[in-house]
Amino acid sequence: MAFRIRTTFIAAAIALAAPLAFSAGYPEKTVNYIIPFGPGGESDISARLQEPVYKKLTGQGLAIQYKAGAGGAAGWSQLNSMAGDGYTVMGTNLPHIVLQPLEKDVGYKTDDITTVFWFHYTPDALLVPADSPIKSLKDFIDAAKKAPGTITLSGSGTNSSNHLAQRQFDKLAGIKTTYVPFGGTGPSNTALLGNQVSGSWGYTSVQMQLGAQVRCLGVSMEQRHPKLPNCPTFKEQGFNLVGGAYRGVGVPKSTPADVQTKLADTLARVNADPEFIRKMEEGGFAMLNVGPAQMGAFMAEVKARYEALAKEMGIVKK
Amino acid sequence: MGSLDYLLAALSPLNLLLALAGVVAGTVIGALPGLTATMAVAVLVPFTFSMEPAAALIALGAIYTGAIYGGAYAAILLNTPGTPSSIATTFDGFPMARRGDGDLALTVACLASVIGGLIGAGFLLLLAPPMATVALRFGPVEYFWLGLFGLTLIASLGEGSTIKGLIGGGLGLLLSMVGVAEVGGDIRFVGDFKTLLGGIDVVSALIGLYCIPVLIDLVATPVAHLEASRQVASFRLAEAFGILRRSRLNVLRSSVIGTIVGILPGAGGSIASLVAYSEAKRASPRRAQFGKGEPDGVIASESANNATVGGGFIPTLVLGIPGTPPDAIILGALLVQGIRTGPTLFTQQAPIVYTFIWGLILATLIMLPVGLLIGRFAFRSIVAIPKAVLVPCVALLTVLGSFAVHNNVHEVQQMVLLGVAAWGVGRMGFSASPIVLGLILGSIAERGFVQGHLIGNARGSILAEFFARPISMAIIFFIVLGLLWPWWAARRARIAEARHG
Repeated sequence: MAFRIRTTFIAAAIALAAPLAFSAGYPEKTVNYIIPFGPGGESDISARLQEPVYKKLTGQGLAIQYKAGAGGAAGWSQLNSMAGDGYTVMGTNLPHIVLQPLEKDVGYKTDDITTVFWFHYTPDALLVPADSPIKSLKDFIDAAKKAPGTITLSGSGTNSSNHLAQRQFDKLAGIKTTYVPFGGTGPSNTALLGNQVSGSWGYTSVQMQLGAQVRCLGVSMEQRHPKLPNCPTFKEQGFNLVGGAYRGVGVPKSTPADVQTKLADTLARVNADPEFIRKMEEGGFAMLNVGPAQMGAFMAEVKARYEALAKEMGIVKK
Repeated sequence: MGSLDYLLAALSPLNLLLALAGVVAGTVIGALPGLTATMAVAVLVPFTFSMEPAAALIALGAIYTGAIYGGAYAAILLNTPGTPSSIATTFDGFPMARRGDGDLALTVACLASVIGGLIGAGFLLLLAPPMATVALRFGPVEYFWLGLFGLTLIASLGEGSTIKGLIGGGLGLLLSMVGVAEVGGDIRFVGDFKTLLGGIDVVSALIGLYCIPVLIDLVATPVAHLEASRQVASFRLAEAFGILRRSRLNVLRSSVIGTIVGILPGAGGSIASLVAYSEAKRASPRRAQFGKGEPDGVIASESANNATVGGGFIPTLVLGIPGTPPDAIILGALLVQGIRTGPTLFTQQAPIVYTFIWGLILATLIMLPVGLLIGRFAFRSIVAIPKAVLVPCVALLTVLGSFAVHNNVHEVQQMVLLGVAAWGVGRMGFSASPIVLGLILGSIAERGFVQGHLIGNARGSILAEFFARPISMAIIFFIVLGLLWPWWAARRARIAEARHG
């Protein structure tokens, strides 16, 4: 990502920008960290891994809570009605917070969500079962060209990150495949391993989890994932597909700017912890540091990209 | 494979303590309507991060199996499934309690749960890698047929008229469609209520549909909730053992059904106990007694749902695919612990895996004394507490339970509205179970149908996709059998009667 940036740089920017008044002692007590999904998912696992490092750095804990429902919208639609004192923060996800409001009235708009820091993303990965006759991305494209629409690809959810990846890649490669949405990564993986589908649009984390049971044809990263040296990127194979599902931390709009920057600073320091990075990368995540300084440009770019795709896919509400 | 070493490792004082504490906590959480096994596991997860992996797994497995069992208390004593897994336990458990056999029902449930749990864990210990492939053979189409198979149970529930059962099932199917469609993303039956986008939550629907009518009736009628037919002094253990001995085939069949359904990632304890219940009824010579307080119904449901615990761990550990919703959380906890599940886990991490499995078996055994004691306490309390205290306490629990689903007041509103509606239609002869079956199975069947249709369409043959796969054909056979059996049995009885007469 173009937004990968040195932590020190962020810290310097924050040191210049942040006045000391309100945020001097922040955090002085446990911070409630609301995950708008159920426990056990990638957002939850990430938060669980952040918690000990956050505690080590600040001396205060993160109390992880869940407010699941409507694919995250149940939480996000209430974010701005929560106390803006820095002690209530919420996990935010892309493309969810851009796509959901485009699709229907979910009780919030993309710009209502104040994300202070994007800390990682799970890059999209195109996977086939290990015993599949499709050995490479070239085989895949050839097979799809020979019989358009017959290749079935499982993925998690409709109009989700996996679904977007499928549409984007079909367009880039000039092919037509059939996307079969499943109710989560688990069922989608089951269909993949059981040869119920020809392949799957998953994430690098899925590849890490399923290991040698699957073969990865491509990952949507700038460079190969450090823990997956055998997974070629789409870029090196000539397709400009970079992205995936991004995770960040948001706050109620009323949260003072200095508290926001202090929170972003702490999250950046969590992201720089070597042990944390190791665990994240072993989980298949790709590190990312988008703090307040780059937030505007980053959000403008992803919004433009997703909105264009959403229009093409016909999911924008009338 | 040095199993004995792992057994000894599981027997360490700390592991035993964790198993005991987990089972007790799980049983209590499961017994409270609305607090499910998934929540019990989720609450415990943060505490396990500082533990050794095997100890963490034992604690999680113990609370999980305890919670699945605990659901039986509320099912038997309050006619409200404590967790979705014990829906089928209400069918005969509550009628047993009504006629004064609540203590017997609780003991039978405890024994059946322990044996079911042991059989499920036994499969996990001995046959996990080969059994895991079952999970992979089940495609979308198989889930569709499995959902339909579950729906045929409506016809055989046997309470009230079949037509009303079918109408109730249809209502449940409609309720299952509310919200954003999982496959396709269409918005259905939401109106102007944004809170309905997430759909009707099964747990809050369960509480409302089962518990609220019971509460209203308690207030509206002067009779006591349950009458103890005798001095509640014994566990009626010998009697319960006798029943289980007589029904050993039922226990075995239900446990195997529970294990296999547990392995299937798209189904869980509720489906397992429903399928086991319907098979037990079909096979039983006392078929007509089912639904009226037949212990075999409780046995089938409870042995099957506890067998899903061991069964669910099979794909979780072997394939990295959670077999049941609590397994998904446990899988997340394993990732945080830095344990990679997958085919190599059983060889590379054998000490952790086998210590855990032995720990799960021990936890299941601990459930026997713990369950009997808590069961007697719960039965005595429910019988002894005056209605004026019982009703407000249970009412409070229903609100807490449905709030806990998503920490949200919407589920409480849904629960109360559905409950009052259920009471209303209940007076017209509609019972809650067909509605709940429709709600749970509708989404499974719909999802499977749409996915199967997409795949079949892409492959160029929708009919072959739905009808030509071996497992599908087997399930279709059972559906046809289930639908024709009552007719055939009645005919045979008529012929036999004619011959004798």
